[in-house]
Amino acid sequence: MMKAKHQRLILIMGAVIILVAASLLAIYALRNQASYFYTPSELTEKNVEVDRAIRLGGMVQLDSIKTANDGITVNFLVGDGEAIVPVSYRGITPDLFVEGSGVVAEGRLNADGVFVADNLLAKHDENYMPRELDGIDKTAIENSTSKSSMRGGQ
Amino acid sequence: MHGFANPNRFLSLARPLTLIFLVSGLALISCGLVWGFFFAPADRLMGETVRILYIHVPAAWLGMAGWTSIAIASVVELVWKHPLAGVAARASAVPGVFFTAICLATGSIWAKPTWGTWWVWDGRLTSMFVLLLLYLGYLALAKEAQSQAAAGRTGAARIASIFGIVGVINIPIINRSVEWWNSLHQPASITAGKSSIDGVFLWPLSLAVIGFTLLFAAIILMRMRQLLADIRTEAKLRRRAAV
Repeated sequence: MMKAKHQRLILIMGAVIILVAASLLAIYALRNQASYFYTPSELTEKNVEVDRAIRLGGMVQLDSIKTANDGITVNFLVGDGEAIVPVSYRGITPDLFVEGSGVVAEGRLNADGVFVADNLLAKHDENYMPRELDGIDKTAIENSTSKSSMRGGQ
Repeated sequence: MHGFANPNRFLSLARPLTLIFLVSGLALISCGLVWGFFFAPADRLMGETVRILYIHVPAAWLGMAGWTSIAIASVVELVWKHPLAGVAARASAVPGVFFTAICLATGSIWAKPTWGTWWVWDGRLTSMFVLLLLYLGYLALAKEAQSQAAAGRTGAARIASIFGIVGVINIPIINRSVEWWNSLHQPASITAGKSSIDGVFLWPLSLAVIGFTLLFAAIILMRMRQLLADIRTEAKLRRRAAV
C-alpha cells in the first residue's frame, strides 16, 4: 500500500510535468511573435512586406553612419554578421548610438529596401568594461562582425 | 525532515541566525555599494549609469529566488505537511515582491538614458512584470491563508501552495527570455564559469549580491517569526473568546 505522502508527491510531480509541457508548447508557439525585433537576416529571409510597422535590431556597422545634407537625417547600415540593411532616421539619436554598438529601430521598410525608422533605441550588449581599458575599438570591431550580442531568435 | 517541525526549536535557532544574517548582510551590502558607487570606474559606454547595476542585479536575483523558495516550500507543505513550510512560503512573499519592484524600477531608470525609453514590452521586461503580478496575487492568497491558520483551517493555504508551484514556471521563462526571443534587454553577462562583466565591476557586484541575499534570508526569518507569533496570538484570543 502506498503512503499518502507518496501519492501526493506523485500527483504534484505529474502536475508539474504537465505544466512544463504546456508551457513549452506555448513558448514554442510564441517563438516568433514574442521577439521584440527582426534581425537583418530574418528581415531579408522572410520578405517582410513594405510599409508594415516592425522593429529591426542589429549592430550599427563601422564607418556607416552618414549625416545627410539637411543635418538631421542619419543614414547607416545595420547588420548581424549575415545580412545588412540600410536604415534612414530623421531625428535625435540616443547617446549610446555609436558605430559597432547595438540598435533597435522602429519603422517601415520602403519600396527601395531602405528601412525608414521613426524611432531609435540603443541596445546595450552584455559586456561591461571600464573606459580605462581602452578596449572600445577592439570590442567595437568584434561586435560588428560577430553575432554574439544579437543572440536569440534562431 | 520534521526535526524543526517544533516551532519552539525553530525559534531558538531562528533568533541567533536572524542576527548573524542581518549583521553580515548589511556589512557586505555597505562594502559592495560603497565600492561600486564611489570607487569602481564608469563603464566605457554607459558612463556613470552602470552603477545602478549594484542594486538592479541583486534585486532581480532575489525577486526570482523569492518565488523559487515559495515554490519549494509549497511542495514541502503539500507533500509532507511540514508545519513550518507554509509559513516559510508566505514569509518569502513580501521581500520577494519588494525586490521585484526594485528591480523593475531601477531597470526603468537605467533604461531611459541607456536605451532611450523607460519601458518596452520585450520578453525579459514583460516576464519580470508578470512575476510582480504573480506576487501580488500570491500576497492576497497568503493573507487569507494566514488568517485561516489561526482558526486551524488550511483551505486557503492549499490554494496558495498550488498557486506558488504553478507560478514557478515563470522563473525559467524570465531566465531564458533573452535567449529565446530577440529582446532589447541584454543577454546574460554571467554564465557558468565566465563573465563578460569586467572584474572591476564584478567584485563589488558579488559583494552586493551575497550581502542582499543574507539580508533577504534575515527578512524571511523575521517574517516567519512574526507570522508564527500572529497565529499564536490569534489562536489564543479565539480560545479566550470561546470560553
